[in-house]
Amino acid sequence: MTRKKRRLMTLSLAGLGLFTATALALAAFQDNLVFFYSPSDVQAKTLTEAQRFRLGGLVEPGSLAKLPDGISVTFKVTDGAAALPVAYTGILPDLFREGQGVVAEGSLGPDGVFKAKEILAKHDENYMPPEVAEALKKSGHFKPEAQEAKATP
Amino acid sequence: MIPELGQFALILALLLSIVQGTLPLIGAARGDRALMNLAPAAATGQFVVVLVAFLALMQAYVVSDFSVLNVVQNSHSAKPMLYKISGVWGNHEGSMVLWVLILAGFGWAVGRFGTNLPPTLKARVLAVQGLIALGFLAFILITSNPFERVVPAPLDGRDLNPLLQDPGLAFHPPFLYLGYVGFSIAFSFAAAALIEGRVDPAWARWVRPWTLAAWVSLTLGIALGSWWAYYELGWGGWWFWDPVENASFMPWLAGTALLHSAIVVEKRDALKSWTILLAIVTFSLSLMGTFLVRSGILTSVHAFAVDPARGTFILGLLALATGGALTLYALRAPVLKVGGLFQPLSREGSLVLNNLLLSTACATVLLGTLYPLFLDAVGGDKVSVGAPYFNATFVPIMTPLVIAMTVGPMLAWKRGDLAGALQRLHWVAGIAALAAIATWYAHRGGPVLAVFGMAVAAWAFFGAFAELVERIRLFRIPLPDSLVRAANLPLSAWGLVLGHAGMGVTVAGIVAISAWNNELVVAMQPGQTVRLAGYEFTLDGVRQLPFDAARGRNYEAQIGSVTVREDGAVVATLRPEKRWYPVAQTETTEAGIHAHGFSNVYAALGAQDAATGAWSVRLYQHPLVLLIWGGAAVMSLGGVLSLADRRLRVGAPAKRRVPAHAVPAE
Repeated sequence: MTRKKRRLMTLSLAGLGLFTATALALAAFQDNLVFFYSPSDVQAKTLTEAQRFRLGGLVEPGSLAKLPDGISVTFKVTDGAAALPVAYTGILPDLFREGQGVVAEGSLGPDGVFKAKEILAKHDENYMPPEVAEALKKSGHFKPEAQEAKATP
Repeated sequence: MIPELGQFALILALLLSIVQGTLPLIGAARGDRALMNLAPAAATGQFVVVLVAFLALMQAYVVSDFSVLNVVQNSHSAKPMLYKISGVWGNHEGSMVLWVLILAGFGWAVGRFGTNLPPTLKARVLAVQGLIALGFLAFILITSNPFERVVPAPLDGRDLNPLLQDPGLAFHPPFLYLGYVGFSIAFSFAAAALIEGRVDPAWARWVRPWTLAAWVSLTLGIALGSWWAYYELGWGGWWFWDPVENASFMPWLAGTALLHSAIVVEKRDALKSWTILLAIVTFSLSLMGTFLVRSGILTSVHAFAVDPARGTFILGLLALATGGALTLYALRAPVLKVGGLFQPLSREGSLVLNNLLLSTACATVLLGTLYPLFLDAVGGDKVSVGAPYFNATFVPIMTPLVIAMTVGPMLAWKRGDLAGALQRLHWVAGIAALAAIATWYAHRGGPVLAVFGMAVAAWAFFGAFAELVERIRLFRIPLPDSLVRAANLPLSAWGLVLGHAGMGVTVAGIVAISAWNNELVVAMQPGQTVRLAGYEFTLDGVRQLPFDAARGRNYEAQIGSVTVREDGAVVATLRPEKRWYPVAQTETTEAGIHAHGFSNVYAALGAQDAATGAWSVRLYQHPLVLLIWGGAAVMSLGGVLSLADRRLRVGAPAKRRVPAHAVPAE
């Protein structure tokens, strides 16, 4: 096999690989991009039940309630301008607190309640997810000192 | 006094790196021996002074010197000694000092053990190494000084993030850094070879051990991180496709490709230009990983401090190193002579396929990791790319690789015989089919993909031994003779077997936990029993442990006792914990795990309902999950065995011990 042929072979193989990868990536992107919305965004948009998205904001103080089964909870996520009720079944992350930032992934139910499949664990309680901070800034309710608030044990 | 000494040592190291990065280059260009000989001396000096700086910082942590800002922010007098020491690299500044220490250590080792390197190559390698050190030392001194003082000194510190106070995580960063930084040697060798305009099999023989060492460390580092996430986060997950995980996984993929393409350069003098490019890309991905985790643009436990100046600086370093190397590549790569030719169906061809698939997989991970950042930067929507994307792209690309992995070593160099190779693999195919049938039977059908996955895992695992079986002529000559042959095989042959077999083991674990994971989240009253996957879990009770610094307990704990029974017989008592760290005001979860065989029963404790007194508990039964990390350990062991092979050892005579036709297959 000549050098030229070999090079052609390698190139076409590489091209095929690249093509497959691009096709896979595009198909996967189409289905699996998860958008981030604040409660105000959710109010402004019409979202279907099929759309999975991330909801971010602060857990509204006093809104956390436990359902009788002992492991399901409801709470509200607010960005100051709007609040959205959230339902979740499972154990909340260690750093979940009322008044703190939270990001939940799931979809909107027909009753207008956000069904969270996953509450994202934070690693540091002083930490505010950048998306949440920005959403709060947008709605004009960003208080940097809110991040510093310490929860009592 | 000692912190100032450390600071001074860092400045000295910076000056030495300027010497190391410039004069030997000039010396190599002019053929001036004296200037070239400066390189190893400067590298040794640099290692010593950086070590002094590192020890100075460690001393401040060990004695809890709270006049040093870094110690105040990341330590506390009540912390156990192990975490005082691991706290040195459990923060941004200290981890960068560790980074440079490892870099300088590798530089010293090249100077010390690379005695048979051509003098100009050695000078140039060390010079490039010095330039990288210069960049990072400047970064530390300008943006991240670990020795900054506070006046007046506070009485106590703010403690290390409790999530990081864990033995698994104490050793995760050093291993990861050994991997990241180890690839800098491959990078320096690539840059030096481009300056020289010469790449030959000897070059590959010098590069391979360093790459292999880096790869082994990175494999262990990633596995430790994954294991930590599994038991410390209490979610029972072992890999989340989190951007931070991807940041360490991409250099691993590229490094694995590099490891294999360097074999072609060494044995067949081909693929030289591609190998050089891979070496550059691998280290660039390591730098990018450092940038992603250190800049604070990602949400994670690693984003210690959100300081735009640091991100910009590392981005600049990345641009300089990658841009510089690629420019050099564009200018000089055409100079490299094309080496041995080969048929597409050959050992070389199979290694090219390996490289294509690995780099494609790496590219899809890169795309998924960077796309949200890119979209955000151009002012688009905020999106996240999660596990479904990666599962949909990465798995289909890796599956053919794992299948082909078994066939590749059976092909001859230059011109392979695929039909013959497949024929010699028929017993492996038989075992794979048996595995599929057994899986089908055991799970009454089971997901079809899982049946296929188990067959692939068996194919990869047993296939790894196929070439070995041929070489020791198992069952064709008397068994003792075969054993003698096995004992006489070069260690790198065993490296290949374990490297590939480990991959099969990991695949089996991944398939099992993806298909047959059992999970139950439930509110339990003390004394209550629930059933999951044939086991009965009883919550016996939860007891409180007070804060007791004297006994090394810098937290309050609630420890549950969950008895696991199978058909009434006690299997294990799990002790899941919830810890409260009063200094850091943080709660953490420690899962209670019991291994039976390679499977785990796992319990994590949630909160107690104040009204009913019930505890929320998360219970799992994870079949074969330990194989995931076990496979990584086997792969690393394979790497270590290869590394111990005499012919690969740094400084070993270039003379080959075995004739060329008996060269082991990697």
